Parts: sequence; structure tokens; C-alpha cells
Amino acid sequence: MARLNSREDLDKLTEGLASRNDPHMPRVSVCAGSGCLACGSKEVIAAFESEIDKQGLSTQVEVKSTGCHGFCEKGPIVVIDPEETCYLQVTPKDVPEIATQTLKDKQIIERLLYVDPQTGEKSTNENDIPFYKHQKRLVFGPNRTINPRSIDDYIAIGGYGALKKALFDMTPDTVIEEIKTSKLRGRGGAGFPTGMKWEFARKAQGDQKYVVVNCDEGDPGAYMDRSLMEGNPHSVLEGLLIGAYAIGASIGAVYIRQEYPLALQNLEVAMAQAQEYGFLGDNILGSGFSFTVEVHRGAGAFVCGEETALLASLEGLAGEPRPRPPFPAQKGWWGRPTNINNVETWSNIPLIIRDGAAAFASIGTEGSKGTKIFSLVGKIANTGLVEVPMGITLRDVIYKIGGGIPDGKKFKAMQTGGPSGGCIPEHLLDLQVGFDELGKAGSMMGSGGLIVMNEDTCMVDLARYYIDFLTEESCGKCVPCREGLRQMHRILTRITEGKGKEGDLELLEQLGETAMEASLCALGKTAPNPFLSTLRYFRDEYEAHIHDKKCPSLACKGLITHWIDPTKCQACMLCLKRCPTGGVDGGKKKIHVIVPDNCTQCGTCFEVCPPKYNAVIRLTGVPVPPPIPEDQRMLVKETA
Amino acid sequence: MTTEVVDRIIDKYHGKASALVQILLEVQKECRWLSAEVLSRLAEKLEIPMARIKHIATFYKAFSLVPKGRHEVHVCVGTACHVRGAHRVLDVLGELTGLAPGETDQDLNYSLDTVNCLGCCALGPVMVVDGDTHGKLSQADAARVLKRYE
Repeated sequence: MARLNSREDLDKLTEGLASRNDPHMPRVSVCAGSGCLACGSKEVIAAFESEIDKQGLSTQVEVKSTGCHGFCEKGPIVVIDPEETCYLQVTPKDVPEIATQTLKDKQIIERLLYVDPQTGEKSTNENDIPFYKHQKRLVFGPNRTINPRSIDDYIAIGGYGALKKALFDMTPDTVIEEIKTSKLRGRGGAGFPTGMKWEFARKAQGDQKYVVVNCDEGDPGAYMDRSLMEGNPHSVLEGLLIGAYAIGASIGAVYIRQEYPLALQNLEVAMAQAQEYGFLGDNILGSGFSFTVEVHRGAGAFVCGEETALLASLEGLAGEPRPRPPFPAQKGWWGRPTNINNVETWSNIPLIIRDGAAAFASIGTEGSKGTKIFSLVGKIANTGLVEVPMGITLRDVIYKIGGGIPDGKKFKAMQTGGPSGGCIPEHLLDLQVGFDELGKAGSMMGSGGLIVMNEDTCMVDLARYYIDFLTEESCGKCVPCREGLRQMHRILTRITEGKGKEGDLELLEQLGETAMEASLCALGKTAPNPFLSTLRYFRDEYEAHIHDKKCPSLACKGLITHWIDPTKCQACMLCLKRCPTGGVDGGKKKIHVIVPDNCTQCGTCFEVCPPKYNAVIRLTGVPVPPPIPEDQRMLVKETA
Repeated sequence: MTTEVVDRIIDKYHGKASALVQILLEVQKECRWLSAEVLSRLAEKLEIPMARIKHIATFYKAFSLVPKGRHEVHVCVGTACHVRGAHRVLDVLGELTGLAPGETDQDLNYSLDTVNCLGCCALGPVMVVDGDTHGKLSQADAARVLKRYE
């Protein structure tokens, strides 16, 4: 492929590629995101390729491995165009049938369709599935149709057209003005207005400026940045190029987590292709603008998602935050003006430039415009990535898109904003999604993890979990964060072990306030949030742990005892065989009992006991009933 | 042998001290740990004080200053996996291997580690053994998976 030297070259290429795309040609898109790959989508793709070859369809059907479609719960996902027939949980065994029936004879295979668990209704078309129907997939949409390793696919859908528009029809100032008018706010967590951030960097003094992509997605339970980088790396690069042009930067960096190997590979492929086409390098599209990008891998430190820590890591140092001001816009990478944005923010830029700020700003609430990608995970029927317009209610996200809570359980709370965020209880579910709205409820938008919890999740344990995470990840620079969190973790652990005492909650609050006030970076400043927000809405659970020595959710090992109900036990030996510690005594036709000395309360017996017996019971806050006398333990089967 | 590996990787990054984190990542990947020998070679070639190298090698989780086992078991303890019972999976693996997270057994068979999120939240609880992902694990499943890597 020859280098593109002018806007006309790009126009010609786009036209050529778009005309080659026959909308009527059957196409099989198989999700090859990390989630689906873990479920075996690679084998499915291979099976399609060999089957289509075998059936002599190779010239009539195109097989495409695409980025993440989002509906990770039901992977591997296969979509057949032009009908948009969506098959879920496809295995290589299903492939010959799909090839003969669906591709050749245009017949639908019923068993692979989505079935609504409530109504039993089947959906043939992808867009009829409730999970997709209520979304607005502006940023994430192309993931489904393009091969992330093909720059031609991206150009065919108009890719790099926004860059062309910026370079030839706009000045750096009008680009910034456009981003400001769109009211785009940073998608990484803090929600700072992107246009303003760019303006600071543009106005900063310095001959060398930098732009950086923050793909150090550390929040556990959030993976939209990974999926964007895996599924549509060119959109991130295009956004970065536009930003670099607006700010006046000639060098960029992508800081990417080493835990995301596929995202890294796809990014590197995309960069090589962009280089070849002349979107990276000198005199891009003959515009006179030059730009290069470097890739830096993170080495497993959560705090490096914080921008000043990220910059330190880029310089080959330990990722310890620096005091702000000076902000990176003044003194960033190597002490020069630097603008850092999150992956999803960069991905939004081409959209805004292409469609205009007004179109973007027409979606959303007063303070939060556009769409946001959330990862909807935890105890929810439809786990996956969802892109929704700002302003949608959390209830709609959970019930309309997420399909509610599985296994007949009750919703308890949802955690937003990762370890720095907070919990939102049932009565606040009608809250609109937006930066300010979530902030008011004591939580935050964060990077977009929505973790749903049901009645089995203990909120005290959850707070302990987050504080534990943050204790580990604190870089150790500020004492209130390093030592304060450690003490908070100790106290919370004690409470979950049933050793909580009067005054613990007050002490926790004090430690939390100190960390919030006296820490340098956002990690410490927000670290006590998980505790404070669970305390705000679930104080009764804390009190039950401390005063009644009871875990109402039956989750804290130190406060529960497993017990086998002798009237229900059918001596099936399942728990006896599976117990890893020899904690169950019994035999054939001999009612099982727990051996307290061996039992570690691991819960295996509870998990394996067949639901029709339900003999293993978890007790909390009540004494364990006395053991059944030895002579009554033989099970006598009643004959019918 | 190790020295050659280290030198090759340093050359790849043109001996730039600012690439230290990237260099350590590659050495860790090839040698599976950072021995004292490796660290002193790096200090010498890159002209970086040993104190700073140690600071970095202990700051980031991806680095290990002790040899890793033949089978690297990573249990995801991200929030989604946590609420779906990742700690129970971890408990069982701990019982079976006798290891606490972060430890390697004396025969160098297994290393047990936790990881904060693999982004496979739909499959939680998840564990990765030698790069292969195993999802939707019950405690019994986790034990079965581990047995396959003896």
C-alpha cells in the first residue's frame, strides 16, 4: 500500500474501499475480544474458515474476526449479515449447521438464538435483543463490524475522515472550540472538561509538547478501555492525532497495562498500518503536520492510572504521584506540557469532529453529554459492556439492558466508580447516569464499572475488599493513605471476623477523613469512599456484625457456621467427597454431619448440596443445634 | 546466558535508562524472575544506582525477585469475581497447594498469585494458568483445573 500524500488520496481510498463493500454479501462476524476468546471463539473462527472452504463458499461469504460485541455473558457471539442474525454461545460443532442452514438456505437455527429468560421469547436480529435494543452504540458500534487488524476496514467506514477534516478544514483553535462546545468530559473518572484541558496545554509555553493515551485501566470490574483498544485501535489513534494537532504536539505515547496482551498486539498492528499509510510520521496527508507515537507497557501498579504517576512511570521511574500544580499541561512528561486523556475520551474525538459538537451535545444531561460505556458486571443476568446515553436511569441499565438479577435473588446495591467510588442502594436506582448526579449520591462515575450486588453480598466485606485493594495499591508516599488505609483494613477485617467492638465505626470515619484531606493524589483522597458510602446506606449491616456478631448476608466466614440439617440430608455423599478438608463425616445411608474441628467454612458442601435436598445450611448469630445422636444417623428409605 | 539475554534486551532499547521499566518487563518475561545477577548487570550497563533498580523492581507487581514456579496460577480477585466468590476459589487452591498468594512452592511446581482484573468479568470467577483462562469456576472446578497442570 502506498503512502497517502494528500486529502484526495484518502478520499479516493475511502471511496474505493466503501464501494468494494457489498452490503448484500453474506458476512460472518465472530467476536474475538478477550472474553469470547476465553470461551473458545478462536476455534469457532477456524471452524468457519474451514467449513466455508469445504462447502465452496469462500468467494460468497466473508468471515471476519471482530472486536468485542459487548454481550460477554453469551460468548462466543456470531452475527450473520446482512440479516444481522445473532447466534450466541456458538461452538465449533454448530458451525457446519450454520453454514448449510443459515448461510446457504437462509434458515434460522432456533437453539442458538437469544431467549428472554422472563418471557421465553426468542430474538433473531441482534437489535431485537433487549441487551442491545436500549443501548446507543456510537463509540462502541464499529467494534462489531470491523476487523481491528485491518486499517482498510476502518477507512471504509469513514475512518480518518475526521482527522482529514481537522487538518484541512479547521485550525487548532477551532478544533479546541469544537471540543469545548461539545462539552465532552474526560471518561477516565474525574470528568474534567476535555476542551479546557486541551486549551491549557495549547496555551502552555514550550517548544515540545506531548499527548498521552491513558490505557492503564486499573479499576477492577471495568474493561471498556481494553475492549476499545482491542476492537477499534484506529479510533483511539485518530482521536490522539486530532488532539496532537490541536495542542501542537509532535510526539505521543500510549501507556497500556501489560495485563492486556491482545490490546497491546492490536494497537501495535494498528500503529504499523497507520505508519504505512502515512497517518503517522512526517507531513501527514501532505498537511505539514508530523506526529509519532511510542508504546509503554505498565508493570502492574494501579496508581499509574493517576496522571502524574503515569508520567513518572513513562520516565522509567516508580509510579509515584507528584503534587499538582504544576499540572501536566504545564509541566508533564520530561517537564514539558503534556495532555493526558483516557482511551474512551480519545475515541469520542473523531465522532465529535465528524458529526459536529451540536450532534454530540444533543445527547445527555445538562452537565454530562454524549454516551458512556459501562461494564455491567457482578450478579446480573446479562454481563457485558453497554454504551448508553448519559441521563438514562440506573434502573433501566440494570433491568432493561442487564436483564435484572439472576437466580431469583434480590438487588441490594450497585457499586460505581471502582475502588474510589461508592455504593448506590435500591431506593436511588432512578438516579440518572451523569458525572454530577452520581457524585451527589456519594458515588462517582469513575471509569465506568457498574458492579451489581445481590442479597448474598456483604457490604462490610465489600468495603474491606476495596480497602484491602487500595492498601496494596497505595504507592506509600503519603502517610495518611499508606498507614491510615492499613489501619482501616485491620479494623474492617476484625469486624468481618466477628471481633468488632464499640467505637470501631467512629475510628474508621476519622481515619477516612484524614486520608481524604491529607493525601496527595486521587487514590488516597477517594480511598475511604467505599467505606463511607456503604456506611451511609448500610449502617445496619455494620452494626449487626459488631453488636450481634451476625453477617446478615451469610458471607463472612468468621461469622457463619455450616450445619447439615439431619431431616433433609439424604446421605448422597456429594459433600463428603468434595470437602477438601475432611470436614464432613458420614457414609452410605448414614446422615452426614460437619466435623467442627476440620471445617474451615469454605462453603464447598453448601455449593454442591443438590438444590432438591438443600440440606447444608449456613447459620449466623444463632447457636448451632446439638448433633444428632449416633444411633439415629442411619437413613431408612421409605418404600412406596 | 542470563547476561546475554539482558544485554540483548538493553540493546533493543538502545541502552536508554528511561526504558528501565520496559527492559525489566522483557527480562522478567524471558527469565521469569529478576535475579541479583540480572539486576547488577542492569545497574552496570544502564548506569542506574542499584537502589533505584530495586525500588522499581519491588514497586511494580509484574516483577518477581524470586524464581516463579513452572505453572503460574493467577486468580482474578477483581470486584466482579469477588462478588461471585473468587475468595472461595483462592481458598481451595491455597489448601491444595499449601501456598498463600504470592508464594511459590519449594519444588517450583506452582506459583499462586492474585490479579486485580483480567477484564473477563462475564466469566467470573476466573483463573489463568500458564496463560489459559478458565472461567465460571466453582471450588470443585478450580481443584479439577489445578490437577490438569501437575
